[in-house]
Amino acid sequence: MTQAQSSVLHRQIVVDAPIERAFAVFTERFGDIKPPDHTLLAAPIAETVFEPRVGGHVYDRGVDGSECRWSRVLAYEPPHRVVFSWDINPQWQVETDPELTSEVEVRFIAEGPDRTRVELEHRNLDRHGPGWPVFSESIGGDGGWPLYLQRFADLLPDAA
Amino acid sequence: MSTYRPDEAWTALGDGTRRAIVERLAERPSSVGELAADLPVSRPAVSQHLKVLKDAGLVVDEAAGTRRIYRLNPAGVAALRDQLDAFWGRALTAFQQTVERPPEEES
Repeated sequence: MTQAQSSVLHRQIVVDAPIERAFAVFTERFGDIKPPDHTLLAAPIAETVFEPRVGGHVYDRGVDGSECRWSRVLAYEPPHRVVFSWDINPQWQVETDPELTSEVEVRFIAEGPDRTRVELEHRNLDRHGPGWPVFSESIGGDGGWPLYLQRFADLLPDAA
Repeated sequence: MSTYRPDEAWTALGDGTRRAIVERLAERPSSVGELAADLPVSRPAVSQHLKVLKDAGLVVDEAAGTRRIYRLNPAGVAALRDQLDAFWGRALTAFQQTVERPPEEES
């Protein structure tokens, strides 16, 4: 049970805005609300684009023209719900293997004409690691354990 | 509490038997007896190795009836969860500030 609980996180907030506006701001201006110190590009981010359709991507575009697609849009149901993948690994790099990615669902619930509750669920976190299941026969070699241990240590904010 | 200690973990995993124990626990949580049945070492030796691994924060244990079941420490996942929880906390606060700002003030 502990394992299951640790692989999902919930957050919610109530905002003074109509549901349509809440949904639009969350998706169209995601680049403005994302904490600025988290970035996957070497260059400063010019914009973050949330493509408003299933099968679209969320991507950052750098001022130098570089792009980084770090999410796939899995559900897009304005103004009620959006689900997107989290293709970012614990080292804050793009994860290309979908089996090692998690997903984020955001639900918008109208509590009044100008009041909206936003519920966020980030689930399947255990798919990101800490890397135990990826053991192979190579684990005892030069790359295996040191790489694995570094990955595990990198997960922990206070590990030097 | 089971805190992961990188230095001790390095030392703990320098031993081949302890690496073998960790690999088996990666496949499934196990008791001392189950591990000893799979490995060419005695139960007391397995217990001693598990103590080292536990002190290094690599494994955790819990009582299951009369046995103790050992499993890999899920602290790595928990640490990632904490990091993402902080990320979304800040994102939702910024979202609230953005969405509640009157439209004419938006740049």
